[in-house]
Amino acid sequence: MSYVVTSSCIDVLDKSCMDVCPVDCIYEGARKLYIHPDECIDCGACEAACPTSAIVYEASVKPEEQSHIEDNKSFFWSVLPGREEPLGIVGGSSEIGPVGVDTPLVASTS
Amino acid sequence: MRSANVAVVGAGPAGLYSAADLVRRSDAVVDVIDRVPAPFGLVRYGVAPDHPRIKGVVKNLQRVLEHERVRFIGNVEFGRDIDRGFLDEHYDATIYATGALHSKPLGVEGERLPGSWSASRFVSWYNGHPDAEAHFVLEASAAAVVGAGNVALDVARVLTRSVGSLALTDIPCSVLESIAASRIRDVHIVCRRGAAEAKFTTKELLDLRELADVGVVVDPADLADIRADDLDGPVLANVDLFRAWAANRDAERAERRRIHFHFWSRPVAITGASQVEALRVERTGVVDGEFAGTGEFRTLPVEMVLSSVGYRSSPLPGLPFEPERGILPNVAGRVIGDDGRHIPSLYVAGWLKRGPQGVIGTNRTDAAETVSALLEDLAEARNRPGRGAEAAGERLRERGVEVVDYRGWQRIDEHEQQRGRDLGRARVKITAWAELRAIGAGLSTAEAGSRSR
Repeated sequence: MSYVVTSSCIDVLDKSCMDVCPVDCIYEGARKLYIHPDECIDCGACEAACPTSAIVYEASVKPEEQSHIEDNKSFFWSVLPGREEPLGIVGGSSEIGPVGVDTPLVASTS
Repeated sequence: MRSANVAVVGAGPAGLYSAADLVRRSDAVVDVIDRVPAPFGLVRYGVAPDHPRIKGVVKNLQRVLEHERVRFIGNVEFGRDIDRGFLDEHYDATIYATGALHSKPLGVEGERLPGSWSASRFVSWYNGHPDAEAHFVLEASAAAVVGAGNVALDVARVLTRSVGSLALTDIPCSVLESIAASRIRDVHIVCRRGAAEAKFTTKELLDLRELADVGVVVDPADLADIRADDLDGPVLANVDLFRAWAANRDAERAERRRIHFHFWSRPVAITGASQVEALRVERTGVVDGEFAGTGEFRTLPVEMVLSSVGYRSSPLPGLPFEPERGILPNVAGRVIGDDGRHIPSLYVAGWLKRGPQGVIGTNRTDAAETVSALLEDLAEARNRPGRGAEAAGERLRERGVEVVDYRGWQRIDEHEQQRGRDLGRARVKITAWAELRAIGAGLSTAEAGSRSR
């Protein structure tokens, strides 16, 4: 279980959450942010910081947003467009900066 | 000009995020001073032992202490071993980040009866803080926890958890024995206001669902007045959870132990002949926009009361203090005097700066603001008077202060992990001052043993 960024972040990318994440586990795609489920420590700072209420704890994600639980995982564990391997465990978003691409689910959102 | 020397008092999240930001944004050399020989503040001594994921932040905080321009100076207490004069003499600037260690009193009759405690003392005990003098014998079959925040939930969880679910954590062995012998059946969480106003984090509430054989009891009448359309996401998620609990009437009888939420209730007296026998509460409400008691009273039969109505900071000797908010008066992290002007070289971060609100991560932006102010002021300074931090260590030794440095902390850390391995647990904390100091100072185990007796 971890926190999940849902659809209301798309094209907003406020990034307040990134400033308060104590472990730097929120990563920047082109249109949306993603929380690394294996690096998140469940502290909840991001949930309170998000101006669009996009960040929700996994167990209370609404039915229509469920796909984003898996999607946050796949940002790190599947091969993103233009990359040769999954990001995997990174150890902090400041290590790699903006990733610049999104998952197919987010990229295809109109 | 030499690099700036900055002292940070307090090695909790606020202090360590300040240090991290300082070395990232400047060439300053930072000494992080803490009264305990172990760093990490409330991450080590506040976060509940059954929350190992949150404790994972230690890995990030540890990296700060391992930075080449950061030194850990443990076992040095502000106000006892050093004072403001000492810091002003050796450092170009000081960030005070000593947090908020004490619970606010309830302010009701009977608060001093045996069986009535502040939650912070209970938390210190189950987390093995060396200051925890009380040993809790959990003889009560019912307890009340007053407060509507995550600490109240921590306390309720630790009280109702099965011993088996705590056995692998870093909880001290003596605490585990108390919990194994506990007779607790019912924990009552008493909240002044409603479910929509409570400061619980949804995730912390969800944790209550994971407790084996523990039923959560919510009175549907307490939720009747909530209008869902007015609520934002996280609050709505909380209210949905409370509604689900309210709908499940089996919880009241089926389970081994129960956690009851009492909303719109405020404590008015703790009663008992020679120890706590009951908590008397008054129904509250909002009448014409004003929060008030309704004159309707009820008695909860409990033998233990833990108050968790907020932490507060204590004044630091030689520094200004704003008693109402319990903070160091400041503007964006610059400590200000009675005249409203910045007292040069004094800064503040964390709970001592903004009051006891927010979670671990909140301290990152908070520290960044203080560091911005500090670096701005340093850039304007023409020269760097003072002796520099190198002399500080020497002076402390002259004063007979036994500094525990980062290597010393690593020895304590290794020791605790080894004890954990011996017992098949994550870690077993060292809880006695003498032993922490002896191991931190590098004495052999035999010497450490004889000193702790």
